[in-house]
Amino acid sequence: MFPSDLTTILPELVLASYGLAALMWAVFSNTQKTGTALVWLTSIFLVGLSLWIGLATTGTKQAFGGAFVDDGFSRFAKVVIALSSAVVLLLSRDYLDRERILKFEFPILVVFAVLGMMVMVSAHGLMVLYMGIELQSLSLYVLAAFHRNHSKSTEAGLKYFVLGALSSGLLLYGASLTYGFSGTTLMSGISEAISDGETSVGLLFGLAFLIVGLAFKVSAAPFHMWAPDVYEGAPTPVTLFLATAPKVAAMILFARLLMEAFGPVADDWQLIVGGIAFVSMFLGSIAAIGQIDIKRLMAYSSIAHMGYALMGIASGTEKGFQAMLIYMVIYTIMNLGTFAFILSMRKGGRPVSDIYSLGMYSKQAPVQAFSLLLLMFSLAGIVPLVGFFAKLYVFLAVIEVGMYWLALGGAIASVIGAYYYLRLVYFMYFGEDGESLDDNMTRTSQITLVLSGVFVIVGVANLFGIIDISQAATGMLFN
Amino acid sequence: MLFTLIFYFFSLLAIGSGLMVVFSRNPVHAVLWLILAFLSAAGLFVIQGAEFIAMLLIIVYVGAVAVLFLFVVMMLDVDFATLKAGMARYIPLGLLIGVVFLLILGIELSDWNSSEIAPDLRQVIQPADIQNTEALGNVIYTEYVFLFQIAGLILLVAMIGAIVLTHRKREGVKKQDVVSQMYRDSAKSVSLEDVPSGKGLS
Amino acid sequence: MEEFLREYLAVLIFLGIAIGLGIMLMLSAVVIAIYRPDPEKVSTYECGFNAFDDSRMKFDVRFYLVAILFIIFDLEVAFLFPWAASFSNNGAFGFWSMMVFLGVLTVGFVYEWKKGALEWE
Repeated sequence: MFPSDLTTILPELVLASYGLAALMWAVFSNTQKTGTALVWLTSIFLVGLSLWIGLATTGTKQAFGGAFVDDGFSRFAKVVIALSSAVVLLLSRDYLDRERILKFEFPILVVFAVLGMMVMVSAHGLMVLYMGIELQSLSLYVLAAFHRNHSKSTEAGLKYFVLGALSSGLLLYGASLTYGFSGTTLMSGISEAISDGETSVGLLFGLAFLIVGLAFKVSAAPFHMWAPDVYEGAPTPVTLFLATAPKVAAMILFARLLMEAFGPVADDWQLIVGGIAFVSMFLGSIAAIGQIDIKRLMAYSSIAHMGYALMGIASGTEKGFQAMLIYMVIYTIMNLGTFAFILSMRKGGRPVSDIYSLGMYSKQAPVQAFSLLLLMFSLAGIVPLVGFFAKLYVFLAVIEVGMYWLALGGAIASVIGAYYYLRLVYFMYFGEDGESLDDNMTRTSQITLVLSGVFVIVGVANLFGIIDISQAATGMLFN
Repeated sequence: MLFTLIFYFFSLLAIGSGLMVVFSRNPVHAVLWLILAFLSAAGLFVIQGAEFIAMLLIIVYVGAVAVLFLFVVMMLDVDFATLKAGMARYIPLGLLIGVVFLLILGIELSDWNSSEIAPDLRQVIQPADIQNTEALGNVIYTEYVFLFQIAGLILLVAMIGAIVLTHRKREGVKKQDVVSQMYRDSAKSVSLEDVPSGKGLS
Repeated sequence: MEEFLREYLAVLIFLGIAIGLGIMLMLSAVVIAIYRPDPEKVSTYECGFNAFDDSRMKFDVRFYLVAILFIIFDLEVAFLFPWAASFSNNGAFGFWSMMVFLGVLTVGFVYEWKKGALEWE
């Protein structure tokens, strides 16, 4: 049993060893440069890891008695998580350096958070699922409070921790009810136990609590209340991190849990997930309108986007899951680009985040402004850009299973949501010409911003093969 | 009979001390009541046959977590009187949530049934001829080794987190450096100087 | 079940003695001690002055750091009990699995040490 288990978790093992070795190296060579060096080293390592996972491993393997699974679905997620985290680290360096919080613990905590996410997406049992979530969340709580001399950051960390702990509690409650019904925590066992379609009230409550717990983690309404405060208060690189990789991991976990454990009772959860998706889309779109802080605005934007991605899960079909994967990849890339810009928003050397400071940015930096315009249009889902196609796929998936109300609601919500994205563009091109932003964008941020701008146009052609890969990935889940 | 009696004793103790945690005026007393609540929960675990968890509750929760709570209560220096005054506003909401959870529990228990295959799948070890702690040890380090190692990593992250968030290097603190003291050698550190009159040493 | 409870009889007797002794000592203070209160005698005494302010004050966060590091190692030790109890059943694999676990936490311990988190000043 054992050697094959070890080869199955080899990527996790390598990442954990890297984290431990990096911690030791950093603490023994503790100089000013250690933080910078470790950020570079870690992002190179993560890129290498994602290449290795993406190219070298194939097939479906289970480990530890079926509690851990390595299949196309999880590998797809792992590649996205590792790559986006590497980009996040590269983008963060300059900001952290300027704020004097570039400690070597930052990349180390990111490594352990990534490890937690990798465990999450490979979880095939409720216990592994929980441990993965905790490893990830604990690292993120610390990261949210990383700017510890800044009262907003510590407040963000505290709020995130308290509400995260609450959601973990609900998740565990649901998990124990599920265990009570099925007698096992393995997803395959749960699905076997309910395969005759006969359920009990206890199991349904268990399912409901599991969904609530996970909805907290993906910040879907009505369990989103932590997101705006945490996004606003956390240091901007951490906000970026929160908005990308953990969302992908939690969404994948959501999909896998519902499909592999609760597949036989799909009718019961489709409506719940659809409802959550519906509320998230509208809440995210409407509540964002009044926001003047761009980080808060992005928080509501991510709530709305989680709604669209959940639509794919609500469909309960292979096509829907594939649409969800595509949506998450596109969402991640758009967010990386947008935050590359937000990270460089400064006036007189101090970071700013109110949207009025964008006034007439187009005159100051036309290329960046145009890239941002493209990203905003894409986030809003305007026709020729990839953001539109991402939405189109999930709409098609829910229409296919006859959930017309959900598709209609999504369409209306995206029209409402377009308002605040366009408002940002308005400020950039026609806003008041006040004190302009500092011209201090780093090369990395510029490249990321422009590349993601290019991606939202060029990606329309074939999404760089993401469609095929995601199809292969979901195919493995459904067979 | 005796068994039922002990069960009710510990349950009532747990509920009563739980209520006292919420209602006691002095936060330090609240923490002490909390310790009693932990102890009675440990008693409940003992009569369930889960000795290891019972003892863990005493070692970890009573021995460490409650102490930490006391530290936090003292460290924060919160004015609990004003905090309590604000509590009245949230009592209806809190009660509502409590009632909802109670209802959910009631519904679940009133119509509880488990799957047909559940009894076979369930791996609970009835400690008949084997100690509870030993039974746990038989699976934690072999069958659940992955979870066990992840738990280790979570503890490591907690360690890093605690240090990152609270540790401060204090500047200007004079410290004894034992190694350099031991390496110090009179031949290198003491020297005889000829001091020219009226000039001094530079 | 009766037998199971009998195993705890010693614990019960011990608890009984402890609680009884505690109550007895407190009661004896009430019964035997001389009690003549006076406002000046029972008021807070601080070197001859009236107390300046509340006796509660903010703790240094360092106490908290020490306490939380203690809890982490406390939890680590908690894992050792079942390991010791089932040591003969788990063989080499069980042994090395614990060694890896301890190794991870040793890394954490070295980190603490080098960071100076265990030093008071």
